[in-house]
Amino acid sequence: MTLTLEGVAKRVGAEQHLHPLSLELQPGSFNVLLGRTLAGKTTLMRLMAGLDAPTAGRVLENGKDVTGTSVRHRDVAMVYQQFINYPAMTVFENIASPLRRQGKDKAEIDAKVRRTAAMLRITPYLDRLPAELSGGQQQRCAIARALVKGAGLLLLDEPLVNLDYKLREELRAELREIFADGKTTVVYATTEPQEALILGGNVTVLHEGRMLQTGATGEVFHTPASLECAQVFSDPPMNVVDAILTNDRVALSDGTSLPLSAHDRNLPAGPCKVGIRANHLTVLRRNERLVPVKGKVALSEISGSETFVHLRHGDSTLIAREEGVHSHPIGSDIQVYADPDRIFVFSAAGQLVAAPNWRRGALRNIA
Amino acid sequence: MDKVQDNRAWFLIIPVFLIVAFSAVIPLMTVVNYSVQEIFGPGQTFFVGTEWFEAVLKDERLHDALVRQIIYSLAVLAIEIPLGILIALGMPGGRSAKTSLTLVLLALPLLIPFNVVGTIWQIFGRGDIGLLGATFRAIGIDYNYTNNSAHAWVTVLVMDVWHWTSLVALLCYAGLQSIPPAFYQAAKIDGASKWAVFRYIQLPKMRGVLIIAVLLRFMDSFMIYTEPFVLTGGGPGNSTTFLSQYLTQMAVGQFDIGKAAAFSIVYFLIVLLFSFIFYTIITRTGEGEKK
Repeated sequence: MTLTLEGVAKRVGAEQHLHPLSLELQPGSFNVLLGRTLAGKTTLMRLMAGLDAPTAGRVLENGKDVTGTSVRHRDVAMVYQQFINYPAMTVFENIASPLRRQGKDKAEIDAKVRRTAAMLRITPYLDRLPAELSGGQQQRCAIARALVKGAGLLLLDEPLVNLDYKLREELRAELREIFADGKTTVVYATTEPQEALILGGNVTVLHEGRMLQTGATGEVFHTPASLECAQVFSDPPMNVVDAILTNDRVALSDGTSLPLSAHDRNLPAGPCKVGIRANHLTVLRRNERLVPVKGKVALSEISGSETFVHLRHGDSTLIAREEGVHSHPIGSDIQVYADPDRIFVFSAAGQLVAAPNWRRGALRNIA
Repeated sequence: MDKVQDNRAWFLIIPVFLIVAFSAVIPLMTVVNYSVQEIFGPGQTFFVGTEWFEAVLKDERLHDALVRQIIYSLAVLAIEIPLGILIALGMPGGRSAKTSLTLVLLALPLLIPFNVVGTIWQIFGRGDIGLLGATFRAIGIDYNYTNNSAHAWVTVLVMDVWHWTSLVALLCYAGLQSIPPAFYQAAKIDGASKWAVFRYIQLPKMRGVLIIAVLLRFMDSFMIYTEPFVLTGGGPGNSTTFLSQYLTQMAVGQFDIGKAAAFSIVYFLIVLLFSFIFYTIITRTGEGEKK
């Protein structure tokens, strides 16, 4: 379905949980809601589902105003952070429950349940009760229940957050395939930029109840409209340094001077903010164009097969990425290298002025 | 690795050991001892084997009391459990003044000493000064719990319902509060009816507390003593004489200590047996609905 939000807002008491925003989701599209905790993702989803009514604005399904329509009469399915299944029903009955309510006949129910269960790889557990399944399997059951309903709008509210790392990766990879061929409009909320990048589709970035940007995921990632948006859409958060732009160089506040690149040439001179994602601030000097930045190690954080070095640099903390697992003694001097071709330039007020060049479709390699 | 050996650890369990010994094991063993003796007075005891047990098992009055007791306990469960669930379902949720007020009101009967409950109802039911009795009299119902067995029996039952339904309601309320709101939302999105929400979400989620509620109410009502003793003294006739009261009459009234001891042991085994049966049945039905 086409879901259109027209200036919807949600206010609870004196608190504005969601500032007015407008959004149009195309049929069959995959849309990620990205934002930190309390950004308003769940609030927005509840408005989309019809669990809550917006305090302002309209919600339209295929052009039909459904703002006041109760969730019972909407064409929507939802998957939650917690694993929500009927505790007293077997997995089969759980998945079959929406179909039974639709009054489908027995053979059709059986076929649909088995097909969906096979897709989510829970066929061996159809006779078990949810409590007898692992967390990952319980969530698969909940996703199957939502899928089988065949609703026009499928909402997933951080569905993988309660799973352990391995299961999360596994299920995330499968979700892409499961939703790839659907006619369903999917909305997927997450706090993790990485997850948004892997899932692709469109992204809507939320921050403190405001919509910062919406668009194709690659486009938003590579050209974040504002510093705030870039921060939310970078993990670890984007490094930000005050700088002065001149006609041939950009001088960081500590005196480090970067040569201009293709994207930030010919910009008006003056104060600005420079943003560098951690993966473009490296411990290894990959080529001669990279500019050294000095600092003291504040923390080195190992994440999987890479290391994030937090370093004190003037008044700010920078985070640099290093391939492989390394240890750096805290307080030791370190030199990291900034890539002048990959810096973002923001105005002093935080609006994007120049973003590094990027190729459409090259998203996965860069991320 | 070297294992640390320190036998002083045994000292740590001595307090518990002593408390259990003095509060449970020694009294129980004393009763076992009495149950096989004919006791005339201090130092005048004769070993009689299983005679007392035979006498107890053949005792007609005891059979009557047992039947009365079973019917009573089943009636207590049949009323208090559904009523408690209904009250819990109707209670306001969240943290509001209304919730606190409801909780306090519900907890009140539980805070009243048992004999006071009996006294309250004794006065409440009196035709001359009691609110209940006087009301019945005013609307023309000839209500008198002191000489009508049916009235006495129903009054004892209603008193128990008044006293203990709160406990069931509070337990169920705790069970309901532990259900994440997402379950209700999911049911709403599924378009589930109120009954379906109760049957497939609330009831399975309350299962754990319901087991406790049923067991507690069964055991307690099976051992009821104080309230009917204060209210009716077991009468009229023997109509409200339950097992514990009959036991007391035997032990303290007739000073039939040997027989009363044998009765106590049989009584204990009956409670144990019934509790075991209940527990087994409840845990079997809806196996796996724990989560």
